Amino acid sequence: MYDGGKIIVGLIIGVGLLLFPFWYNAGKAAKAPDPVLTVKAKELKACVMEKSYMTTSHMQLLDKWRHEVVRSGERYYTAPDGKTYYKSLQVTCMDCHDNKSKFCDQCHDYMGVDPYCWDCHIEPKENN
Amino acid sequence: MAMDRRKFLKIAGLSAALGLGGKTALDLLTPGEVEASFEKAPLMQGKKWGMVVDMNKMTEEIMDKCIAACHNVHNVPDLGNPKEEIKWIWKETYEHTFPGQHHEYVAEQYHGRNFLLLCNHCTNPPCCRVCPTKATWKREDGVVMMDQHRCIGCRFCMAACPYGVRSFNWGDPRNAPKDRNPNFPPNMEYPTRSKGVVEKCNFCAERLAKGQLPACVEAADAIEKNALTFGDLDDANSEVRHLLHSHYTIRRKSELGTGPNVYYIV
Repeated sequence: MYDGGKIIVGLIIGVGLLLFPFWYNAGKAAKAPDPVLTVKAKELKACVMEKSYMTTSHMQLLDKWRHEVVRSGERYYTAPDGKTYYKSLQVTCMDCHDNKSKFCDQCHDYMGVDPYCWDCHIEPKENN
Repeated sequence: MAMDRRKFLKIAGLSAALGLGGKTALDLLTPGEVEASFEKAPLMQGKKWGMVVDMNKMTEEIMDKCIAACHNVHNVPDLGNPKEEIKWIWKETYEHTFPGQHHEYVAEQYHGRNFLLLCNHCTNPPCCRVCPTKATWKREDGVVMMDQHRCIGCRFCMAACPYGVRSFNWGDPRNAPKDRNPNFPPNMEYPTRSKGVVEKCNFCAERLAKGQLPACVEAADAIEKNALTFGDLDDANSEVRHLLHSHYTIRRKSELGTGPNVYYIV
């Protein structure tokens, strides 16, 4: 092999650069998301659906809500427990979960999702 | 109206089998089922919402209050630049409001007088016909509605609307100049818009849903009753119909066939 030494050195440097993200971030595991419930949300105990559904499928519910509200004008939602809610991310959801940075953003940042809801819908002012 | 696909197909099939038309198909539903799915309140049940502007009662003060109330409730920013202006309700002179009516001998009191303008919520809205995504459409209660989630900002609707009621967001409204918009957005219960969508008056659909009058009407009522009157044009006993019956009214560019539903008593 001509210039074998140079090629091998080049390969080692190349592979090293390729694997840069791995060794640069080694030992620095991203913090697991830890969404915090507000006192108000904790006291109420129940969301509009059970917790397991909300954790995995709140986005589907929100999408359904926005469609029903804007396109069909159906603005009220009756939960399985019989309670009626005004379908609104900004007014109803964020009334309880008024800690966006410690609730929504926890998982969204970890998962690398960037919902554009907040381009228009106003996030609550956080005191803490 | 809540009806799933299965139910729709059942009724459609049954109607076809019986050789019935679309109207009778509705009667096949359990009586009261359709009605029961709507909340009962006068301002939730209109079939053709419309407005009457009484220019004999209207003053500059009332118009300014109406504009302020609307733009405050809907988080409409004041950008201070007429080229990027966003407006839901605004003032314009008689000559510009009714270009076809104006002539050089027009009565003194109308010469240069300001009129209050807003979306006409046309019976035959050209904006809805041109929208490629159905981001704007005519609701069953007559409101020409906007779905900002669907708007792609093509601005066909702005070209189609002969009244100039639609505004385009050239930038993020939250970047509006702070000196003109202290504490923007003012209403924390209503969203703003994002860059690249079209917006306009929605006849306060979000307020109607709660049984409240449109914000402009409420603001006008606080100063002078019936300067602005909102109601159901389909209901012969409504206040708007009484006003239309007892006064001569004109509409903007009605010759275009759009069927504007905002009437002016002059």
